Amino acid sequence: MSLFYIVLLPFLGALLPGIMNAAGRAACAGVTFVVTLGAFVGLMTNLPAIIAGETVQASIEWLPRLGLNFTLMLDGLGFFFSLLILGIGLLIIAYARHYLSRDDHMGEFFTYLLLFQGAMVGIVLSDNILLLLVFWELTSLSSFLLIGYWKHLPEGRQGARMALTVTGMGGLAMIGGMLILGRIVGSYDLSVILQNRELIQDSPLYLPALILILLGCFTKSAQFPFHFWLPHAMAAPTPVSAYLHSATMVKAGIFLMARLWPVLSGTPEWIVIVTTAGLITMVLGALIALFKHDLKALLAFSTVSHLGLITMLLGTSTAFGAMAAVFHILNHATFKAALFMSAGIVDHEAHTRDIRRLGGLRTLMPVVFTIATVAALSMAGIPFLNGFLSKEMMLEEATHTVLFGSDWLVPVLATVGSLLSAAYCFRFIGHTFLGPVRDDYPHKPHDPNMGMWMPPAILAVLVVVIGTAPFLAEPFVKLVTASLLGAAAEVPDAYLAIWHGLVPALYMSIIAVLGGLLLMLVFAPLLRAWEATPRPEAKAIFDWVVNGAAALAGRVIHGLHNGAFTRYAMIAMVTIVAAGYHAWATGTVGPATRAVQPAGPVPVAGWAMLVAAVIGMVVLHRNRFLALMLIGIVGLMVSVAFVFLSAPDLAMTQFTVEVVTIILMLLALNFLPNRTPVESTLLRRVRDGGVAILGGLAAFALSWHYMLRDAVAAPISEFHLANSYKGGGGTNVVNVILVDFRGFDTYGEIIVLGIAALLIYALTETLLDGPVRRKLLNRLPSQPRSGDMHPMMMVVLTRVIMPVVLLVGFYIFLRGHNEPGGGFIAGLIVSIAVVMQYMASGFAWTSARLRYPYHGVIGAGVLVAGFTGIGSWFVAKPFLTSDFTYVRIPPFQEFELATAALFDLGVFLAVVGAVMLSLESFSRLAHRDGDTDSEFPMDIDPSREEIGPDQPDAPVTGKGVG
Amino acid sequence: MTHWILAPIVLPAFLAPFIVLAARHHIAIQRAFSVAGIAALVVISAGLAWQVSDGSVIYYRLGDWAAPFGIVVVGDRLSTLMILLASVLALFVLLFSIGSGWDRRGWHFHALFQFQMMGILGAFLTGDLFNLFVFFEVLLIASYGLMIHAGGNDRLRAGVQYVLYNLLGSTLFLFALGSIYAETGTLNMADLAVRVAEIGPEETVGIRIAAVLLLLVFAIKAALVPLHFWLPSSYAEAPAPVAALFAIMTKVGAYAIIRVYTLIFPPDTVATEGLHGVWLQPAALVSLAIGTVGILAARRLDRLVAFSVIGSMGTVIIAISLFTPQGIAAALYYMIHSTLAAAILFLVTDLVRAGRGTLDLTPRPPMAGTVLTSGIFFAGAIAMAGLPPLSGFLGKLMVLDAAFGSDLVVWVWAVILVTSLIAVVGFARAGSVVFWKAHSLPPAETVDEQIVRPGALCYAAVGGLLALLVAHTVLAGQVHDYTTDMAAQLFSPDAYIDTVLDTPGKLSAPQEEGY
Repeated sequence: MSLFYIVLLPFLGALLPGIMNAAGRAACAGVTFVVTLGAFVGLMTNLPAIIAGETVQASIEWLPRLGLNFTLMLDGLGFFFSLLILGIGLLIIAYARHYLSRDDHMGEFFTYLLLFQGAMVGIVLSDNILLLLVFWELTSLSSFLLIGYWKHLPEGRQGARMALTVTGMGGLAMIGGMLILGRIVGSYDLSVILQNRELIQDSPLYLPALILILLGCFTKSAQFPFHFWLPHAMAAPTPVSAYLHSATMVKAGIFLMARLWPVLSGTPEWIVIVTTAGLITMVLGALIALFKHDLKALLAFSTVSHLGLITMLLGTSTAFGAMAAVFHILNHATFKAALFMSAGIVDHEAHTRDIRRLGGLRTLMPVVFTIATVAALSMAGIPFLNGFLSKEMMLEEATHTVLFGSDWLVPVLATVGSLLSAAYCFRFIGHTFLGPVRDDYPHKPHDPNMGMWMPPAILAVLVVVIGTAPFLAEPFVKLVTASLLGAAAEVPDAYLAIWHGLVPALYMSIIAVLGGLLLMLVFAPLLRAWEATPRPEAKAIFDWVVNGAAALAGRVIHGLHNGAFTRYAMIAMVTIVAAGYHAWATGTVGPATRAVQPAGPVPVAGWAMLVAAVIGMVVLHRNRFLALMLIGIVGLMVSVAFVFLSAPDLAMTQFTVEVVTIILMLLALNFLPNRTPVESTLLRRVRDGGVAILGGLAAFALSWHYMLRDAVAAPISEFHLANSYKGGGGTNVVNVILVDFRGFDTYGEIIVLGIAALLIYALTETLLDGPVRRKLLNRLPSQPRSGDMHPMMMVVLTRVIMPVVLLVGFYIFLRGHNEPGGGFIAGLIVSIAVVMQYMASGFAWTSARLRYPYHGVIGAGVLVAGFTGIGSWFVAKPFLTSDFTYVRIPPFQEFELATAALFDLGVFLAVVGAVMLSLESFSRLAHRDGDTDSEFPMDIDPSREEIGPDQPDAPVTGKGVG
Repeated sequence: MTHWILAPIVLPAFLAPFIVLAARHHIAIQRAFSVAGIAALVVISAGLAWQVSDGSVIYYRLGDWAAPFGIVVVGDRLSTLMILLASVLALFVLLFSIGSGWDRRGWHFHALFQFQMMGILGAFLTGDLFNLFVFFEVLLIASYGLMIHAGGNDRLRAGVQYVLYNLLGSTLFLFALGSIYAETGTLNMADLAVRVAEIGPEETVGIRIAAVLLLLVFAIKAALVPLHFWLPSSYAEAPAPVAALFAIMTKVGAYAIIRVYTLIFPPDTVATEGLHGVWLQPAALVSLAIGTVGILAARRLDRLVAFSVIGSMGTVIIAISLFTPQGIAAALYYMIHSTLAAAILFLVTDLVRAGRGTLDLTPRPPMAGTVLTSGIFFAGAIAMAGLPPLSGFLGKLMVLDAAFGSDLVVWVWAVILVTSLIAVVGFARAGSVVFWKAHSLPPAETVDEQIVRPGALCYAAVGGLLALLVAHTVLAGQVHDYTTDMAAQLFSPDAYIDTVLDTPGKLSAPQEEGY
């Protein structure tokens, strides 16, 4: 079967358990089993090629430019690990079927398990190291889901996060390492990398790459000082512990060290780092395991210890060490998975894993006792079981290993590790199964059904078979070793056997086993001593670090983003000025090309007023009405400046905009207190003032610089000036620019205006029902209210003025193309005329006389402008292409008809609609539901007799004035 | 001349006023027109992208005035890809808004949505700097309307800050435009490219300040630290589908940086040498760091996602600030990814909010539909944190790879890798509280009235985005090839400049200098 299918089958199959969940537990486990079996069989079809020493490959391009391709490779080493993953996977699935209770969501479990399985197979089959990284992190993620599978357990959640954090960290470091490795070699393909031992080891980047990659391996394989996550991962359901955290995933780091062994090993750095880490892990793990009371914790630390053992073997960089490592991987996978499953059964049956509450299970659970004892004795290194064989090879290798210049350090520590290892194995057997039968188990234990004990039993049989007939495993182990070593070393001719003669390793083994027994005899005082010794608790440190980091992050982030806009604005201002200063300081300044013009009395006067108004603003800004008036002065002076600089269009626009804005702001002020309260300290105000002055000075300097210099080439406005009449049919260049040259900008801007009005409306609508409005209506007005809201004088005046203003607006609109004016200004003028009616006679009276809703006016305006643009499509011209012609209708003079005028009409409508809708929205806010609307235009009307001045709002009847 | 290139701007600009004029009281009609319009945009954008995929540049003169005197709209590989991305995102977001009923919780949602699209697509297509300002205004004001859609105190407060900060940005934009025009006398991007290249080393201050101000404007849009302060609250408080749409808005800033600093101020410009090399990449690194630390610090799920957006923009700008074809290609790939991932996460927060009534990261009783929602969250978090197998990982690999040769390579690597870890921890903590810890609490006794089951349309919309993300991952090779082509086109802008400047218009012959 193609390698793709072996990898993809578990991923695709991961969908099935989820779907089949409703069909029952057996069906759910069944499909998972079948999927795994499919992959297993697929793997086996490649066995002949492997035996023949070939490497099976399959490749699809994925991201070739980066060197990341879906390239798979199957050799002896990959085959070995795939076999472990899929083979043990099958047993685990069968076991989990019976282990999980009815309350557990089995579909979810098997989905995650298959995801993990696919990722794991992906790691061991990847030929591309970037692809390997992908699968590598996927195993971390699926392990996260599996550890946290029992969501209600805090240990599960915390363990899952810890595992993800630690292994994720390693994975990320490895990304860096792999990228460096790929850079050194020029390829990310293992098949190429493995050919370049010298190139890699001579590179100055070798050490960083090595450290980063080893970080990944050590975290994944729980090597000291990253070993602490593994025991906490034991909160997962036992099948997960057996599968991920003893047999497969934790071997991924070991796998990678083995995979890269030919190119990375053998250097002093490698030997020191890897061997030391392995040695420490081995001894430390065994020591802690000895004193653990939780069966799974004991096994977890023993796993840590054994992983250290394998790591150490790989670290020694000899071919024999590598072979021992391979053999021990195989042996460890068999006995440890069996042990985990046994521990799971004990937990399942006795409802406790606490070794202090167990004991005497030998007679109650004879089958499990047998399996567990065989496996544990193998782990202890008892002859005729497979653990003995590889452990002796390890001890043998240790006697030849020199570390830090000392030739006794490694053998002694290896013996100590083995001794402790034997001790905890004996404790596991003794304190769980031996001893008297108790009567206080949480649940009366007995042997489970066959589905549960069969998987560990199969493994236990393997333990015995390999242990008694090692020559059966030898060809396979040598095959795997050969592919591990690659071209770097020859396969050692040592053979796997029980009896090697009276070699040092045998004595060390004997010391270990006897020492282990001895320790058991004095276990009680030892335990007391151990518990009296203060030890760093890894979880506490980890939690402290992570929680501390989170708290620190919180302080930084919440302190920085405290919601004060003034601070945000200050930071922005300082940043802008600083960046601008940097640009200025690193540039060159040429001489000015324009002379400074003398300032006449008029500009100086205007300037003085501007400055005075602004200073007044600063001093008086807490009085909002005054501030508004001063803003008005500023706007007015800007308009005057436009007039002075011969820009009447701009002046008119600015002026009308000022009027409308001030009216709208006055309406808004209606809802606000009259004074702005003091909210900041003096210090902060001084600081903010300083920043403001800084910004002002920068803006001044910028303007000054540009005013004294010409542009590098003639500005495009010269074209506009030259072609305004010829091409746009108007002599008012500003208007032609607005409606023709850059009509598209205007189109956008009227849309902005329209949206602004729409959102003011939307905002008021949401406020109308909310608590904000109640607050607004119940506020005490800060200004005394006039008793006469709609005075007669004003009503009369605005009525008289209205037609005049409308006519002015119409005139301004028409003349726009050639003289100062245009749709925008006209729109504002007409709006003012209507606004005055609102002011004079009130909201209700005026809206009652309203024919066209303002929404529609805005929409129509934008659409008219848009359709004018589209109109040119009908004569095969681009959007907004203008045309004009001159017509003469007697008795009038000849006049111009321009399509631009239609566009300007759109502008006009949009402006009127936008201004009026905003105003209407404000007024709606002030309008009380309970208010009785006067149907009269003014409160006091001499032509109306019935009404008294003291009850202006009284519902009265009378002849209204229309 | 075909008019298709203008359609992405004009179509929403017609639909929106039409909806306001004729359908403002009829939600069903609004929805129909809105969805049809966005779907049409997707088709049109795809057509345009296909049309220019051979490297050609399409071009449209507004009002028949030739560049640089009139406004032009230009479509090349980059701009058409961006409009395609924006339209596709908008379609799913719109479906989600309809499915979740967000669109009827306030006024004018669909009109504003269309206007928003007009602004975004216009910003991607325009070839004129002042016109870009206009579209920035359109998208800003429309986004403000969408942001405060449905009201509420917190939302309005955040909205005020959003609009104020962006007004600051707009003011700065005007300063920048004034400076550019004072210095060069033109606003058309292609023309600017020609004129800026002519500026000698003897007088560079003017153009340097103009260029840096412009860069800061775009940096505000792209939420580059320390100009990012507008983002966290406004994205967190905005209605979730709106926040999801906003995922493209920060990319408008990134797009503008890419466009302007490859076309007008390419890296080898004499006058702007060393202008931003010192601070842009460090600022991007700090952005990534702050954004990611924010993930860890967040107390609410929506703020968490908002900070992750800042972080991902940091990554984008790190890649951009290399100003190499490889860096830009990586940035573009990552931008597509980050848009989709952020949108997915924002939409998921809405599903969570609908399910448990609050986004506070405190344990609540289990909610309905947890498996699906948590699955989507998990995928989104993986994508955002940049873990395999989703495109975030590939994007980060590309950025790391492109950073080789940069002066700050060690910093880039360290920050990207370390922040990935912090993001993993942050997302894991949040997800564990929201989706797992709930199971250790007793089920809720009373049913919260706020809790509603989101409709199937919502899940379909999120699922669609997720499918796009997966496609972005699976087809990474092809996409990356295309973004590489795109970067190549950006770094040899002659075709763009010639197309824009050599095409005659009304009253002007090609390359006419005297008029």
